[in-house]
Order: sequence, then C-alpha cells, then structure tokens
Amino acid sequence: MFLLADNVWLDALLRMTIVAVLVPVGVILLTWVERKVIGRLQQRLGPMHVGPFGLLQGIADTIKLMTKEDVRPDSADRPTFELAVFVIVVPVFMAAVAIPFTADIFVRNMALGLFYFLAVSSLGIVGFVMAGWGSDNKYALLGGVRAGAQLISYEIPLILSAVAVAMLGQSLSLYTLVELQDNTPFIAYQPLAFVIFIIAGLAELYRQPFDIPVAESEVVGGPTVEYSGIRWSMFQMAEFVSLVLISALASLLFLGGWVWPFGADNATWLQVVLMVVKTSAFILFFMWMRVSVPRLRIDQLMALCWQILLPFAFLQIIINGLVLVYDWPSWTLTILSGAAAIAMGAIIYRVARRSGVLYQTSGAAEQVGLVL
Amino acid sequence: MTYEEALFYVIAAITVAGALGVVTARNVIHSALFLILALLGVAAVYVLLASEFLAIVQVLVYGGAVTILILFAMMLTRVRDIEGPLDGPQRPFAALAATVFLGTTVLAVTQTEWRGETDEATVVTIEQIGEALFSTWAMPFEIASLLLMVALIGAIVLARGEEGE
Amino acid sequence: MIPIDNFLVLSAILFSLGMYGVLARRNAVLILMSVELMLQAVVINFVAFAVYLDPETFTGIIFGIFVIVIAAAEVGLALAIILRLFRNRQISNVDEADLLKW
Repeated sequence: MFLLADNVWLDALLRMTIVAVLVPVGVILLTWVERKVIGRLQQRLGPMHVGPFGLLQGIADTIKLMTKEDVRPDSADRPTFELAVFVIVVPVFMAAVAIPFTADIFVRNMALGLFYFLAVSSLGIVGFVMAGWGSDNKYALLGGVRAGAQLISYEIPLILSAVAVAMLGQSLSLYTLVELQDNTPFIAYQPLAFVIFIIAGLAELYRQPFDIPVAESEVVGGPTVEYSGIRWSMFQMAEFVSLVLISALASLLFLGGWVWPFGADNATWLQVVLMVVKTSAFILFFMWMRVSVPRLRIDQLMALCWQILLPFAFLQIIINGLVLVYDWPSWTLTILSGAAAIAMGAIIYRVARRSGVLYQTSGAAEQVGLVL
Repeated sequence: MTYEEALFYVIAAITVAGALGVVTARNVIHSALFLILALLGVAAVYVLLASEFLAIVQVLVYGGAVTILILFAMMLTRVRDIEGPLDGPQRPFAALAATVFLGTTVLAVTQTEWRGETDEATVVTIEQIGEALFSTWAMPFEIASLLLMVALIGAIVLARGEEGE
Repeated sequence: MIPIDNFLVLSAILFSLGMYGVLARRNAVLILMSVELMLQAVVINFVAFAVYLDPETFTGIIFGIFVIVIAAAEVGLALAIILRLFRNRQISNVDEADLLKW
C-alpha cells in the first residue's frame, strides 16, 4: 500500500476525499445508465434530448433538484426530519471505506473489513424510520416502519451468507478473501450462499421486487414523500451508492474480485478492468431485475426472508462447518451447496406457483406438453 | 497531549452529551436519538481501547437492531400523544443519588493504585478472542445462545396477542 | 497512550447518568434506555480492565461480549412486555402499573 502523503492521518483524509468526490460523479453517471437500460428493456429509448444520447440528463436532473425549494411540513419534527437524511447517507460512505477496488486502490485495508461493512450499512436503517416518523404523514410512517422491518429482516441472511464465505476463507479481511480465490472463485464452492446474498442484497437496496416501502403506487413514495429538492436527491444517491457497494462486495466475495481468472500478480489496469466488468455485471443484473419481476407484497416478502432464506443460510453455515471440521475435499462443498440451492429454488417456485404470482404463459408450453 | 488523548476527550464529550440528552430530553423520540449517539460514542471508545471487534459488534447489535426496536416500541405505544412532564416527582432525589454515586466512584477510581501496566493498551486480536470463546468459554457461549432463543420465543409470544386477535 | 483513569471516569459518569435516568423518568421505554446506558458503562469498565491490566487472559472482553448479547435479549423481551402492558391497559407510565400494590 503506497501512502499518498507522509502522515498517516493526511493519507487517510486524502483517500476519503477522493472517494467523497468521485462517488457523486459516479452516481450521476449511474442514473443515466439506469434510465437508458430500463428504457431499452422496456422497448423504449430512454433520455435522448439532453446532450448526445441523453448523457447530460444526470447533470440536468441534479441542477434541477438543487434549485428546487426546500419544502418542509409544518408539523414535522424538525431535528428528526432533517437529520434523517444524514443518518441514511453517512453510513453508506463509511461503508465505502472498507471496500478494496484493486490490490492497490483502496481507502483502508482493514483486518475486519467485511464485518465492518455489514455493521456500518445497518446503521442507515435508523434513518428510514426517522424519516418516516419525522414527516408526520401516515403514509410516510407506514412506509418507514415497513422499510425498517424489511431492512432488518433481510440483513440477517445477508450477514449469514457473508459469514459462510468468511468461514471458507478463514478471514474477515476482504483483501485476504479475494487473494484466496486464485484458482476458483467462491461461487463454485458456495452457490447457495451466492443466491442468498443476491436476493438479500436486492432486498437491502429496496429495489424491485422488494421495494414496497418506497413504491409510488403503494405508499406514495413511503418515507421520502415529504422531502423535496436536494434532500430527496440524497436518498437517491444513498440508494445508488449502496447499489455499487453491494455489487462490488458480491464480485469480491463470490466472483474473485481482481484476482480471478488471471492470478494475483497482474497489472493494475487489468485488475481495474476485471473489477469494473464484474461490478457492472451485477449492477446490470439488479437493474434487469427491477423491470422484470413483479413487486412482492409485504407479507410475502417477510415470509420469503424468515421462512426460506434464513433456514437455508443456516444450512449453508452448517455445511461449511461440516466440511471444514471433518476435512472433506472441496468438491463435496460444491455438491452439497448446489443441492441445497436447487432445493431452495424449487421451494420458492412451488410457493410462488401456489400463491399465483407467476404470470400466465402464452399457451405455447401447454401445446408442447410441458407442465409449468 | 497526544493525538489519542485529544481524540478521547472529544469522543467522551460526545458520549456524555448523548447520555445527558437521553435523561433530560423533553421529547421521547429525541431521547432515542440521543441514545443512538451515546451508543455510537461508546463504540468509538472501544476502538480507543484497541478492541475493534467489540466496537463493530456494538455498532451492529446496538446501532442496527436495538435502536430500531426502541423506535418501533415508541411508535407502537403512541408516545406522540403523551402530554405532561416525562419526569417523575422524585427528580431531585434522583439527582442527589446520582451525584453522590458519581463522586464516590470517581474518588475510588482515581485514588486506587491499579496493579499492572496502566499506560499501555495491548491489542487483542480476533483470533485470540475466537479461540477463547470456543475453548475456555464454550459453556457460557452455549448458554448465551440458549438464552437468546428463549428471549426470541418469549418476545414473539408476548407481542403476538391472543388467538383471534 | 491514554491512562486507564480516563476510561474509568467516563464509565462512572455514564453509569451515574443512567442511574439518574432510571430513578427520574416515568415512561417505561425511557427507563429501559437508561438501563442500557448503565450496561454500556459497565462494559467499558470491563474492557478497560481487561486491556490494560489483564492482557493474557482477556476475561473482560469476553464478558463484554456476553453483556452485549444479554442486554440485547433483555431489551427485546422488555419491549415485548411493555407492548403487552400498553395493549391491555393503555398506559406507558410505570407509576400507573400498580395493580399489585397493596
């Protein structure tokens, strides 16, 4: 790790400043990417007028939001209402400190990096409850309480699946976990943990199909309904930064980060390219999920977490424990975890089918003789 | 004054301010928010004590879970509609008791000669904690997990309501 | 480095503030929060002693972990009891929960 300055404190400050400046720029770009991708997936063009291919749309939106009037409801509890935004945004940036982007580009290489990331990102949940309560609005309160319940419920499978990977790598440091994926990424050993991490991560980002607390047609925007202008854009920024961080974490933990498949000693530009490709793959997958899957109801959401994801996360930890203690070879891990992942998929499919969530097919499958 | 001492005074001031806010705020939700501040300040104190594992556990358990529990409980018991003072009639006696206790403890603590090194904080790594937790302290660990399960089942049964509600 | 007295005095201040809160406040949830403050002070004490005076067998840190775990369980259960009390009798001040008084 090379120091940017001589003093350790100054070096940390410089790195954090770079992160704090680059991240909003990245978020503006990401809003443009999302609107284009969602537009294309919905067979329309997305923003096209502002700048070439609508590239300046993000900047235009930011200028619009910054010049809007800051409306505040009269009976809102003023400190709670105003502090809620900070309580949501600051933990996201605190969590960004722990993610190494390549072998040399990181803010701090912590020995407990994974644990720190998961703990700090759970601080933002309080901000949603504060926003819901401080708005003095029934729909905001409903959305805020639902958001709080959803986020603390889905935190558990997220943490458990990350703990399963940490058990495999025998370390909580993200750097070490990536360096261990020299030959095979952890997704080959832990498909169940991967699936649970992706589903729980999607729920932690309150994106579709888990966005009932902030959905427009459900609770009129939920806890963010009374916020306007720059405060509202802070909510969006926190959501996009969390999206990038969860995608980066998934590509570090499961796809081998900057190490796989070329090994640990490749050039920096190759490491950057690998990380960008893997993170972008996850980001595009999450955006794809947003437009393809219908929204789950709040009780279906809770049932999915507590009745399906949580037992399977425990099962993954038990499998890891058995394989590590009895010193079975690694391919047993793949077989057991893969079998459990297929079982979980089958259970989710049957539950979805019985509750009628699946779409009606066009009839072609029945003509061929397939029973779906 | 070294870096660490200056940082300690800042963090201690924030924590004590949070604790003061908990016991003297007029609005109940503000008390809960001050409690979050105090809990996070205590997590920073753990980092100063060179036990970062405990600091992250504190942030995760208290900041992520207990504060949300308390906020939900406040919302469900409709504290916004409570009129009247939040403090009971024994406030001056409480202040007296707390002051006397504080004076006695501070005197006892600063006048005692502690055995051992009182100026160096040694770092305890997470591997050591893990080994101790599963070898020497395995029995309390299992009992703690049993206790958590009992608390979980008890809380669900208590908060769920009677049949048909 | 920081002398141990600083941490012990901070712990004493937090504990006495928590004690004041338990004795002076009337709302049940507020009393619970003051008890949490007292538990935090106790854990700071344990950890400080373990790190400064007893680094080989760091009993204080293990004890601190257990206190955090048990405090979290206690908060959950106490809040469930408070919720049940509120649902049955519509009160949230501990002064009014006096059915067992003679």
